[in-house]
Amino acid sequence: MSERNDQIIFEDVSKFYGEVLGVNRISLTIPPGITTMVGPNGSGKTTLMNLMTGLVQPSSGHISVMGLSAGDATEFFRNVGYCTQFDFFPRGLTGWQFLLDSLLLHGMSRNDAFRLSLEAIERVQLGDAAGRKIAGYSKGMRQKIRLAQAIAHHPRVLVLDEPLNGLDPMARAESIALFEELGRQGMHLIISSHILDEVDRISDRVVLITGGYLIAQGNIHQVRQEVRDKPMQVLIRCDHPGLLASRMFAVNHCVEARVHSDGKGVFLRTGDVDQFYSMLNGIAAEGLVKIEAVAPADDDANAIYQYLIGSDGSAS
Amino acid sequence: MHQAAVKLRKDFMQQPWGLWWIQAVRLTRIEVRRNLFSWKATWIYFLAFIPTFIILIHLLIDKHLPSSMSEDTVILAGIVQFYYIRLGIFFGCLGIFSRLIRGEMIERSLHFYLLSPVRREVLLLAKFAAGSISALLLFCTAMLADFTLMYAAFGAAGRDYVYNGPGLGQLHAYLLIIALACLGYGAVFLLLSMMFRNPIPAAMLVLGWEAINPVLPSLLQKLSVASYLRPLMPVNVPAEGIFALLTVQTEPVPGWIAVLGLLALIALVLFYSCYRIRTLEIRYTTE
Repeated sequence: MSERNDQIIFEDVSKFYGEVLGVNRISLTIPPGITTMVGPNGSGKTTLMNLMTGLVQPSSGHISVMGLSAGDATEFFRNVGYCTQFDFFPRGLTGWQFLLDSLLLHGMSRNDAFRLSLEAIERVQLGDAAGRKIAGYSKGMRQKIRLAQAIAHHPRVLVLDEPLNGLDPMARAESIALFEELGRQGMHLIISSHILDEVDRISDRVVLITGGYLIAQGNIHQVRQEVRDKPMQVLIRCDHPGLLASRMFAVNHCVEARVHSDGKGVFLRTGDVDQFYSMLNGIAAEGLVKIEAVAPADDDANAIYQYLIGSDGSAS
Repeated sequence: MHQAAVKLRKDFMQQPWGLWWIQAVRLTRIEVRRNLFSWKATWIYFLAFIPTFIILIHLLIDKHLPSSMSEDTVILAGIVQFYYIRLGIFFGCLGIFSRLIRGEMIERSLHFYLLSPVRREVLLLAKFAAGSISALLLFCTAMLADFTLMYAAFGAAGRDYVYNGPGLGQLHAYLLIIALACLGYGAVFLLLSMMFRNPIPAAMLVLGWEAINPVLPSLLQKLSVASYLRPLMPVNVPAEGIFALLTVQTEPVPGWIAVLGLLALIALVLFYSCYRIRTLEIRYTTE
């Protein structure tokens, strides 16, 4: 399989809704794994997903998903599942009928459609509710049946627009476990979510977007490294956090030191990571402080989102 | 040239026709179910069967002398020409066919179809087939009921008129007219529903266009559903004043030309609809 057939590629893609910008000149390559799209409301995440799946057409540029184009619907949607944010369903159907109808449109036999429907319902843990009319579902159940429909045909690419919206904490944890499992099985997962802390745990990479522009993309730690103008925060677990804080704060590159609330560690913010680790090694070698663990405290999607996009949604 | 033709033929044969057929049949089944078995379809049942109800009352209340059969035959022709073609089927098809695409955009459920592994052209044609089947079932059943009730009242004379006279031929002609009207208006309204967010103003223009069509130049008369149906009417309805506009044939053509002409018009409209659906976008927020 060529590399192109294993990636999602946006080549200089722009989308304008009349005079309103959707996304502008996006060039992006997404390899297999779990990718999180991060950005404020109206930043263009849903537009990117709709472009990827052909629900809207690009004003310019070209999009290829695993070497396929949404124009060839038969082949494309056998390989792609899209759980949209639209919280509406065809009228009068039960969850079960909705799934079965969707699968029958693939052209598969009734037995296969039945089997895959059952499997999908079990996977999203919808249970007996599948036999009830969707009109009577709670928001969380509707989210589940949409997810079941997107995964039922075993796609290679799964696009999920805010899949955790409306789910209670237990259902969210179950969904995230499902996403992890699907990712492990080699599926391409593209997730947009505002619940960054939760999807961050399972993401292999992040795509940051705001105002229709791509701000950053790549492995989450790499993206953090690229944000060099923002001091990096590190949590050091040690036996004498106060002493370590005073030593580190004495040097120029260390701009903030804060003892952890449990008193067993210190948060240090540094503008020069290389100097910081060199100094830390020196202190450890002196034996004054016993260092137990060192971990970056702000290379998660949430922190990067705040640094790059800002809490008001404007790119910094 | 020959090689290009061979390649074209090979490409044509390689298309997954079997799969498209299965998908179209399944889609049609789903759509027919939704068209016919929903509360929203109640008014279309009303449009189809209101003449049946009136004819039933006429059957129960009025006396039916054999001499009045020719009058009732003209009345039945008038029902087809003035009511079904101009109002019942027109608005019934507007309801059925504009729901297929635009209705689903308003209900925000069209994306489920556009995200299924079905070619958009197959989707459109299957929806058209479903709309046509629904409209044909309703209006042809209503026509059969109207015809049966109209002549049942005359007893033996009525049976004789139907089986030994021109009755059955007239019934066939009415059913053909109704079928063509459903297909013709269906294709037009399916296209209008893709072109306009609210297809009703455009449908009103079509209604006006159909009414004034007989006085338009010959070429423009060909862009009308009703103009193809007029030559197929088995019974002339005497009409005066403004109603004469609805029955007059300014350019009489043989029936088979009228049928082929309308089928060609339907094919043209569907072809353009297929082109439109290729570029259809889901933007529910603007609906």
